[in-house]
Amino acid sequence: MELLWDGYIEPLVWIVAKILAIVVPLLVAVAYLTYAERKVIGAIQLRKGPNVVGPFGLLQPLADGLKLFLKETIIPTSANKGVFIIAPMLTFILAIIAWAVIPFDEGMVLADLNVGILYLFAISSLGVYGIVMAGWASNSKYAFLGALRSGAQMVSYEISIGLIIISVLLTTGSLNLSDIVRGQIGGVWEWNFVYHFPMFIVFIVSILAETNRAPFDLPEAEAELVSGYNVDYSAMTFALFFLGEYANMILMSGLCAVLFLGGWTAPLPFLDFIPGAIWFILKICFVLFIFLWVRATFPRYRYDQLMRLGWKIFLPLSFAWVMLVATFLVVFDKVPA
Amino acid sequence: MVVQALAFYLFATIAVLSATAVVTVRNPVHSVLLLILTFFNAAGLFVLLGAEFLAMLLVVVYVGAVAVLFLFVVMMLDINFVEMRQGFLNYLPIGVLIAVVLFVELAFVGAGWTLTDEAVAVLAQPTPAGVGNVEALGRLIYTDYAYIFQSAGLVLLVAMIGAIVLTLRHREGVRRQKISEQVKRTRADTLEIKKVPVGRGI
Amino acid sequence: MQELLSEYLPILVFIGIAVGLSAVIIIASLVLAKQAPDVEKLSAYECGFAPFEDARIKFDVRFYLVAILFIIFDLEVAFLFPWAVTLGDIGTFGFVSMVIFLAVLTVGFIYEWKKGALEWE
Repeated sequence: MELLWDGYIEPLVWIVAKILAIVVPLLVAVAYLTYAERKVIGAIQLRKGPNVVGPFGLLQPLADGLKLFLKETIIPTSANKGVFIIAPMLTFILAIIAWAVIPFDEGMVLADLNVGILYLFAISSLGVYGIVMAGWASNSKYAFLGALRSGAQMVSYEISIGLIIISVLLTTGSLNLSDIVRGQIGGVWEWNFVYHFPMFIVFIVSILAETNRAPFDLPEAEAELVSGYNVDYSAMTFALFFLGEYANMILMSGLCAVLFLGGWTAPLPFLDFIPGAIWFILKICFVLFIFLWVRATFPRYRYDQLMRLGWKIFLPLSFAWVMLVATFLVVFDKVPA
Repeated sequence: MVVQALAFYLFATIAVLSATAVVTVRNPVHSVLLLILTFFNAAGLFVLLGAEFLAMLLVVVYVGAVAVLFLFVVMMLDINFVEMRQGFLNYLPIGVLIAVVLFVELAFVGAGWTLTDEAVAVLAQPTPAGVGNVEALGRLIYTDYAYIFQSAGLVLLVAMIGAIVLTLRHREGVRRQKISEQVKRTRADTLEIKKVPVGRGI
Repeated sequence: MQELLSEYLPILVFIGIAVGLSAVIIIASLVLAKQAPDVEKLSAYECGFAPFEDARIKFDVRFYLVAILFIIFDLEVAFLFPWAVTLGDIGTFGFVSMVIFLAVLTVGFIYEWKKGALEWE
């Protein structure tokens, strides 16, 4: 009995506790990201944003969530029921399990995989399934076209994301996310975005496209596709898509912070007394603010322009950067051991 | 160790069951989805063997890319599947024959299988001590196996060109955006300012 | 081996919890919210029209082409991962080996570009 407790149950309880410590704040963060989005865009457009439910409208996301929860779950008769239900679940599951490898602080990571960045790359490459399955299972033209567009868009930008990750790996020499952050310790001038500045910009634009955010929100194009692949979803099935998409946005911001903005490290050495997790969260908020700012500022791209940007500009650019960095490292003998 | 064994049986069972379902379910989209589940569990088995890099690549390449293509193809075909099944009995004898031949071949391989002492040692420790999976592979692929690596590159080139030759059709009468022309356009090309005397029109 | 696997256990548990959580969310809403389905409500959304045919239609072959090209470039990226972390160990030969590999694929990329496979119409 003793053995069973010490050997199996206690570690398991710890793991579950750690997972809850990631999932619960994440869901709260998603709720308040929607609030922040409405407030920020409101401010940019000289409006007030939500301000009725609770002080400063702070209870608005909870009210929205409750409303969705109490709505009727509609499963269209022409839909393929099993796939129709699994699609939003899959989107949600993928968006949260990716967080397992994100290091919040030195040693504060659920699973410190040797191939952490590949794990993230793999999980994000699965994101396309939730959308394509939803579009197909709904058996509605809008959903179908939205899913198709979204699928082609996500795969197109994944390549440039992969190549950008490679160029960061060249200067870091490890696939472990904690090691990538450790390589950037020492202040803001050690962070990767200084050395890889063009790729930092390309990465930000690519994650906008990868998460189907404005100005690349063609799959949702409300004017022509009436919100695309999730048009037939309601209540909690819709909410799971919504949670998944926003959790994905936060995840991509976190990845951006780890790769380019020094993860948990302080921008100036004397600020080290502030816990790393706080720096990490601040950096995520900064990238998320860019997401919202871009949404309020830029008009939507046309589909042919979107594909051209991905295949003809970002792909050659990130490819050339990988070669440039590798050649520089080899010629000047600066390859990290 | 117990957890490891449990995980093995979990992955193996799901993999075998979903692989069986791939060939038995009626709806081809369901088969592709089950195929993805099979890949996923195979990735789990790779992890249990200590091949974490291969596991991730299996997910990235097969699940994330190849199966997406399968899904695109299968989802969007409007084939009548009842019609397709009609020839089933005609092909049954050939199918069974091929299955028997394959089974016999596999049985021979299985019967002739022996493990050398070296293999046992390698199985116990797949990568050299203190070296990660990815590093161990990286040190071999690009130098020791350079020829095979280059031929992989050639295969990819052929695949790329083949895909374009087979599928690319240009439609007639499509207007494309020509950015260079848009940028080169000056005011003189498109705009002419005329002095119009008051009260006379043009 | 053991250390390696112990890093993966939390992920397995995490997947389990995520599956459970998403199922609970949907089922709880199904049970707690009032469900009143009718024929019109359950028809696929088509801006007020009755859907007159199956939505799964044949579409432009270009989407397949994008998917095939994606597979090829994804494989290329997959080959780059181990190379990027071992560049220090494999020396100039490994570097040149990869440059040749990439040059071959660049030929393919230029062919694609010139053929207009990357144009969307």
